[in-house]
Formats: sequence, structure tokens, C-alpha cells
Amino acid sequence: MSNEPIDEKRRKFLVAATAVVGGIGVLAASLPFATSLLPSAKAQAGAAPVEVDLSHLQPGQMLTVEWRGKPVWIIYRTPAMIEDLHKHQDQLRDPESLVEQQPEYAHNEHRSLNPDYLVLIGICTHLGCSPKYVPNAHELSPSWPGGFYCPCHGSTFDLAGRVFKNVPAPINLAVPPYTFLDEKRILIGSDWNPGQGIPDGR
Amino acid sequence: MAVKLSRWLKQRFPIEKTYQENLTHYYVPKNFNVWYLLGSLALFIFGLQIFTGIFLTMYYTPTAKEAFASIEFIMRDVNYGWLIRYLHSTGASFFFIVIYLHMFRSLLYGSHKRPRELVWLLGMLLYLVLLAEAFMGYLLPWGQMSYWGAQVITSLFSAIPGIGPKLTLWMRGDYTVADATLHRFFALHIIAMPLIMIFLVRLHIKALHYVGANNPTGIDLAMPMVNGKNNQIIPFHPYYTIKDLGGLAVFLLIFVVIVFFAPEFGGYFLEPTNFMPADPLQTPSHIAPIWYMTPFYAMLRAIPDKLLGVMIMAAAIAILFVVPWLDRSPVRSIRYRGWMSKVALFIFSLSFLGLGYLGLVDVTPLRTVFARIFTTGYFAFFLLMPFYTALEKTKLLPERL
Repeated sequence: MSNEPIDEKRRKFLVAATAVVGGIGVLAASLPFATSLLPSAKAQAGAAPVEVDLSHLQPGQMLTVEWRGKPVWIIYRTPAMIEDLHKHQDQLRDPESLVEQQPEYAHNEHRSLNPDYLVLIGICTHLGCSPKYVPNAHELSPSWPGGFYCPCHGSTFDLAGRVFKNVPAPINLAVPPYTFLDEKRILIGSDWNPGQGIPDGR
Repeated sequence: MAVKLSRWLKQRFPIEKTYQENLTHYYVPKNFNVWYLLGSLALFIFGLQIFTGIFLTMYYTPTAKEAFASIEFIMRDVNYGWLIRYLHSTGASFFFIVIYLHMFRSLLYGSHKRPRELVWLLGMLLYLVLLAEAFMGYLLPWGQMSYWGAQVITSLFSAIPGIGPKLTLWMRGDYTVADATLHRFFALHIIAMPLIMIFLVRLHIKALHYVGANNPTGIDLAMPMVNGKNNQIIPFHPYYTIKDLGGLAVFLLIFVVIVFFAPEFGGYFLEPTNFMPADPLQTPSHIAPIWYMTPFYAMLRAIPDKLLGVMIMAAAIAILFVVPWLDRSPVRSIRYRGWMSKVALFIFSLSFLGLGYLGLVDVTPLRTVFARIFTTGYFAFFLLMPFYTALEKTKLLPERL
């Protein structure tokens, strides 16, 4: 033992330096554990695109398929349904779909590549329930134009998945990335590119 | 031999000191009433949940494919499996009944006030962990309500601006509530949360024994004297161990009647929708969480904005933590407080029960109005507390018990 007086400053520095280095070590060691909670490679592989055949879908009908464990709806809209889309603009929270809930190629009034087919992720933007398809006008209330109704907290959406005012859901239903392989086959989870054209002749 | 063994042990472990500190020489007020049974009852139920939980774990399978079937297996094929499971599920509801009454007792007699703020804080932390524990446990049967309840609650975190969606993904471990979510909730439910709870219970009791228990009059009692001259306080053992055992007997009578004759309790303890296997593509037409979470759920539904609703819900629980500092009353117990405190506590109780009911039933415009009124009542109780407790005229405190 030396008889020199204790260098308090030096001791303080060493304690602080040790704590910082140790802290960084703890942080680094906790990273693998925190990261292990993210989706595994298997879960990510399960998120691959899904091909759907639309030839049996009749006008007005809805088809639900699973993609990434979520329900994806494909609705074959009737001409009347498409016609009615612009009639209730003033009742919608985001009629122009300004919030990015759709790929750029579905950013239009009917929120789809081909106006006949509406493709949506069937998960309410409020708290993740799956809304019900209520296609007929006046079915829910006298002013109901047809659309989707979430049974959990009463959110409503029109037949382009746009959210109505005064409901808990903040934004429109999401449109997943999708593309047409041909007129009656659709690939969900893979983006459309402008070179492809839209296979309906319009 | 026994004497020798006990001497050997005493020399190596403070067994006598621990026993005395917590039982025979732990002095408590002599005027404890029925409200003071709840602490030991909560401890009993916690033990029961761990005990029955261990047995359920022996037969339960935490995979999306087999979880639902393994619960049915426990119910139908395991010897007395139905009893073990009903004890566990009824125990969960009774845990919350007891804890809510235990918390109400504190508000009633001002047990959160100085010097017991830390006891209250640790208790609130326990309540928070208990909510998480119950929520995770509720996913395990993998029924429709389990699944969609978990979907809704994990979605709450996606409302947080910026990191929300990433955080939700991290919590679920998949793009929706899935096998990965079930697995991790199982791990947290049976290991992580119970360990944290045991630790917090220990701290809660340690802190309580250090500052001493409050009593229905809320007055400070002189420190205990070893020769027993102070006749306002009595040792916990044997006086209150006997009383708590009596309370436990009455509690168990009610408890087993429900376990045997109404374990689903009309759909409130085990919801009918949860007897259908989880279906990620089909939301049940009516989603309600289990009853002990409905007051907060009703608040969430009453707010027509996602982020604001989640914030109100979080604030409703967060505000409980600061009660010791909101309460400015010079007295503790409701018995000596003025009429304003009494009215406020009544409005609060009514609001909490009202919200609890509204969270269970379907939304209608009228009910939404009521939910908003009750939410206001709930928050008014806390936010106005610094004013009415400081303003009102209190009654004169007695010198002693």
C-alpha cells in the first residue's frame, strides 16, 4: 500500500469510465435478445406474395384471402357501386386518400388499379379488427351508401375503403401492393409496374 | 435431535428474526376491519394462481395449432383438469375483485398518504404487472376473444407516433398476432411476470412493515413498545393471522361455489366467444375484453380519435400513481374528511363501475355519451383532488383509538 493521498478526481474518472464501458457492454449484449423478438426468417418467408384466381367472382361479391396472416379482400364492384363512389365525398374524412394508405398506382378515386376490383387489407385502421362487408345501400342506416362496418368500435368505410367522419378509425383502409397477372389473375404482395398496363382494356 | 437441528439452523440463518419481524413482533393497529383482509387474500390468490398454473402448464401446448385443443384436452381428458383450470380462471377474476377492493380501501382510509407513498407506488406497479399478466394469460386459450383481444391491445401501441408500427411488430414477432406471439406471451405469463410480481410483493410488504400499517381512523399511532404498554397496537400474530384465516374461510366458501356452479359466471369470467378457436380472418361481431379491463376499454371507445383514445386510457392508469401527491387533505380517513371528498369518492366509484358496464356492452350513441360523462367523472376525481381536499373542512381527529 502506498501512503500517497487518494486522487479523488482520478478515482471519479475511473469509476465513470468503467460505468460507461460496462453500460455499452450491457447495451450490446441486450441487442441480440431484443432483436430475437422481431419476425423470424420463417415468419418473413411466410409473407410471400399470394396468387388469386378471380374467374369465379361475381359482380358485387367479396373474396377474402390470407396474405401475411392478414385478411385481404377482393371486391368485384358493380358499375353502380363505382358510380356512387363520388356521391358522399363530404361525409369522408380523407376523400382524396391523401394519407399514404395505398401504393401510388392505387391513388385515385376508386383506389384500385382496375376500377372493377377493389383490393384492401381487411383490418380496421382503428384497432385491427376485421370489418364486415355491408354492400347494400341503406342496409346500415338510411344514408348508408354501402361499404364496410367494423363491429368492434363502429368504424365505417365506403366501397373504396375510405373512412367516414365521426368514427374512431383515423385513416382509410390500406391497399396492399398487388398486380394483375392477366385479366382474371391477381398477385397480392407484389407491386405493379407501369410497363405492365392494366389488363382490362381501359 | 430437533433441538439440535433448530440450533444449527439458527446459527446460520436469521429464521427467528424473520418470523418475529413479520409476525409476532410486527405490530399493527387493533381496529382493523373487514377491508384489511384483502391484502392477505390477494397473497393467497397469487399463491393459488401459481400453484394451479404449474399444473396447467403440464398439459397445455403453446402453439397456434394445438393451444385450443390442449385446453379442451385439459377440460375433458385430464383427471380433474376442469377443476384446475376453473380454479385458475375464476382465480384470475377474483384476483382483480380483491385488488380493486384493496385499492379502494386505500382511497377510503388515505393509506396512500405520507409516509406510505412508496407502499402505494409499489402496489400500483403490481397492479400494472397484474394487468399485463392477465392480458397475456388471456391469449393462451387461443379462442376468438383471446385472439382479437390481443390484436386490439397490441394495436394500441401502433398509435404511438413514429415508432408505433415497428413496436407493434416487435411485440407480436409476426405481421399479426400469430404463433410467435402466443409463444412469447406464454413465456412471459408463466415465468417473467410472476417473477417480477414475487419481487414486487416482497418490496410492497417490506415497505409496509417498515412504515407500519394505516388504520380506519387514519391517525398516527405511537411506536410499538416491546413490553406491550401501548394498547392501540397488537402483534400481527396471533391476532390477525386468526382473523385473516376466518376471512379466508368465508372467501373460499364464495370462491368454490362459483368454481363449482358458475365458473363461466354468465360469460363474464370466461366469455362465450372464447369457446370458438381463433380465426385470424374473422372478427367476432362483438368484442369486449374481460370485465376487469372494461373500464379502460370504455374510455378508449368513447374517444373518436385513435391516438387521443390511447392516451386517455394510459392516463387513466398513470394518474393513479400520483394520487399520494394529489391528495392535500390534512386527514387520511374518509371518516374525518368533509362532504366534498365523500361526494368525489362516490362519483369516482359510480364512474368506474359505469365505465366497467359500458365496456362490456355494444356501443350506441346514448352509451357513448354516458361513457364520456363517466370518463370525465373518473378524471375529475383525480384532477380536482388537490382543490377539494385542501378546501374542505375536516372533522377533528381523535387523540387515540
